[in-house]
Amino acid sequence: MKRRSFLRSEAGHGLLMLSPTALYATIVMAAPLVAVFVFSFMTPGYLKVVWTFTLNNYAKVFSSPIYTALLGRSLLTSGVVTAVTVLTAFPIAYFISFYVSPARKSLWLFLITIPFWTSYLIRVFLWKVILGYNGVINSAFLGLGIIHEPMTFLLYNMNSVVITLAHSYAPFAILPIFVALEKIDRSLLEAGQDLGESRFMTFIRVTLPLAMSGVVASVLIVFIPTAGDYVTPTLVGGANGQMIANVIQLQYFKLGDYPMGSAVSITAMAVVTAVALIFVFLNRRFLRGPK
Amino acid sequence: MTSSPAPAARLARPLIELREVEKYYGDYYALRKITTDIREGEFFSLLGPSGCGKTTLLRCIAGFEEISGGHLSIDGKDMEDVPANKRPTNMVFQSYAIFPHLTVEENVGFGLRRDPSSKEDKARRVAEALEMVGLKGFGKRAAHALSGGQRQRVALARALILKPRVLLLDEPLSALDKKMREQMQSELRKLQRQVGITFILVTHDQEEALIMSDRIAVMFEGEIAQLDSPERLYRRPISRKVAEFIGIMNFLPARVLSTGPQIALDVAGLGQIAIDAEQCPGTPRTGDASVGFRPETMTVLYEGDPEPSRGKVAQGTVEEVVYFGDMSYYEVRLEGVEKPVQISMRNVVGRPVLLRGSRTRIAWEAGALVLFCEPKA
Repeated sequence: MKRRSFLRSEAGHGLLMLSPTALYATIVMAAPLVAVFVFSFMTPGYLKVVWTFTLNNYAKVFSSPIYTALLGRSLLTSGVVTAVTVLTAFPIAYFISFYVSPARKSLWLFLITIPFWTSYLIRVFLWKVILGYNGVINSAFLGLGIIHEPMTFLLYNMNSVVITLAHSYAPFAILPIFVALEKIDRSLLEAGQDLGESRFMTFIRVTLPLAMSGVVASVLIVFIPTAGDYVTPTLVGGANGQMIANVIQLQYFKLGDYPMGSAVSITAMAVVTAVALIFVFLNRRFLRGPK
Repeated sequence: MTSSPAPAARLARPLIELREVEKYYGDYYALRKITTDIREGEFFSLLGPSGCGKTTLLRCIAGFEEISGGHLSIDGKDMEDVPANKRPTNMVFQSYAIFPHLTVEENVGFGLRRDPSSKEDKARRVAEALEMVGLKGFGKRAAHALSGGQRQRVALARALILKPRVLLLDEPLSALDKKMREQMQSELRKLQRQVGITFILVTHDQEEALIMSDRIAVMFEGEIAQLDSPERLYRRPISRKVAEFIGIMNFLPARVLSTGPQIALDVAGLGQIAIDAEQCPGTPRTGDASVGFRPETMTVLYEGDPEPSRGKVAQGTVEEVVYFGDMSYYEVRLEGVEKPVQISMRNVVGRPVLLRGSRTRIAWEAGALVLFCEPKA
């Protein structure tokens, strides 16, 4: 009797509706994560896992300079990517929200999604064409006589990784900021000026704090996936642009060392999570919504 | 147009001068050559239906809209090229525009950032401003946790703390419920007398304008139709349109027979009468016209009531009665007039409300009539 009434209650209905999704998420996301987590404490054996518990993998991760260096570079790269992406996304979001007429906003948002119409892989590849030794930029500058030999700092280093990733993630950064800006009551900006502040100071004191919830969301949406990006550094990173995901791939598929690859993965996840949490904590005052 | 200024505005000089102020958006004229003065220390209202330009005019004064033509000066200084943040005006917005990310205190102190006084001095002034609007002790609250009435008070404190020459109020009471609105009306009035700052109120609520203002500018279609004290506006509206916008006015068809210091009229239902030229706020002309009177200026007489000592008596039939507790509203058809007129009567103990269909006498006075000579639209 009691059981039946629970299933008929609102909470019961909610759980019933949620359960297929929850089940799916458990199978495809949580289960592999748990597997990786367990693997990371096991002993390596070529192309297989030896089921003896060990902390050696983690000891290696933290003692060997290659992992810490790559992890550091990953964080630095995705940090720079995040900064570049969010700083360029903000003016775009601001323009669409404040200067595009309401009737045209949907069109603009639609235009912003156009890069997604081609595969991620192809977009990365096209950057290679643009930035390469005989690429679009170098050919153009050579042809114009601005430079006399091709620039080599464009491709196969951190610059190219940053440019490519910043371009790929721009829409993800624009949308949350746009939404936050859209929610700002325009009379607040007039009030700011009415109370004696210039447009710029009104932006600093009113618009920016109110847009911060969107900025924080953008930062997380860009930072977390780019820290673990694999395709971009592989294609345009060169030797100096390699990131942590490349070494994970190496451990798993080239060296067949599953436990070591898992330990690096778990460490990278933990570090990225920690950085994200610290960032959210530092910005917590912007994230309190109206009750 | 003469008017009787309220005491606060008596020695006043113009604080805001509007000279042929125009505002247009493409072909659409929001304001058409507005010329008027707003005096120091008065409570001035812009009253009109939506779309009449009253908010546009307020926003032009605040500096949120640039005027398309004419001159606007505040305190003798031309306001062209003076941005909103440099004008001696502050505004209470219709939505109150309380900063949701700041506390009540931070909202009220927002405009003090560039003020050179010490932190303690600023904190004291914020506390004083909050006390003035009845929000003592609310300083630390989050702005988004306030009720509508409290938000409005914060908006008032935030504007008044800067001691503006002019406080602009854009329909500040429209979002409040009736009871709160009435309370705020009297509070605003008191506050204005207390601080002595010129208030300009935009409202579409004629009752609100009458209650609060020293002078009211009634606006239609981008123009000021009449600028007068509430009493004159009510008693001597300049046109039928103004008369209909302010309270209820009954109209009777009439013919003007002769003009002069006394105007001779033939009024449907009332007969041939003479009124003072002063009772025609427009220009008197002979010919077809209409005569207006307010519902409370006529009295429904009961059977056996003596003839009134002053005034005259007309005959009519009660068509409809609406009982309002303290008042009763009668719709009475005067003899010889097609459209019934509205008469309001204070209910008195011992005098029951008349029934529908009753034949009755109506006492009226020629002095309460207003003559409109405008051509029929």
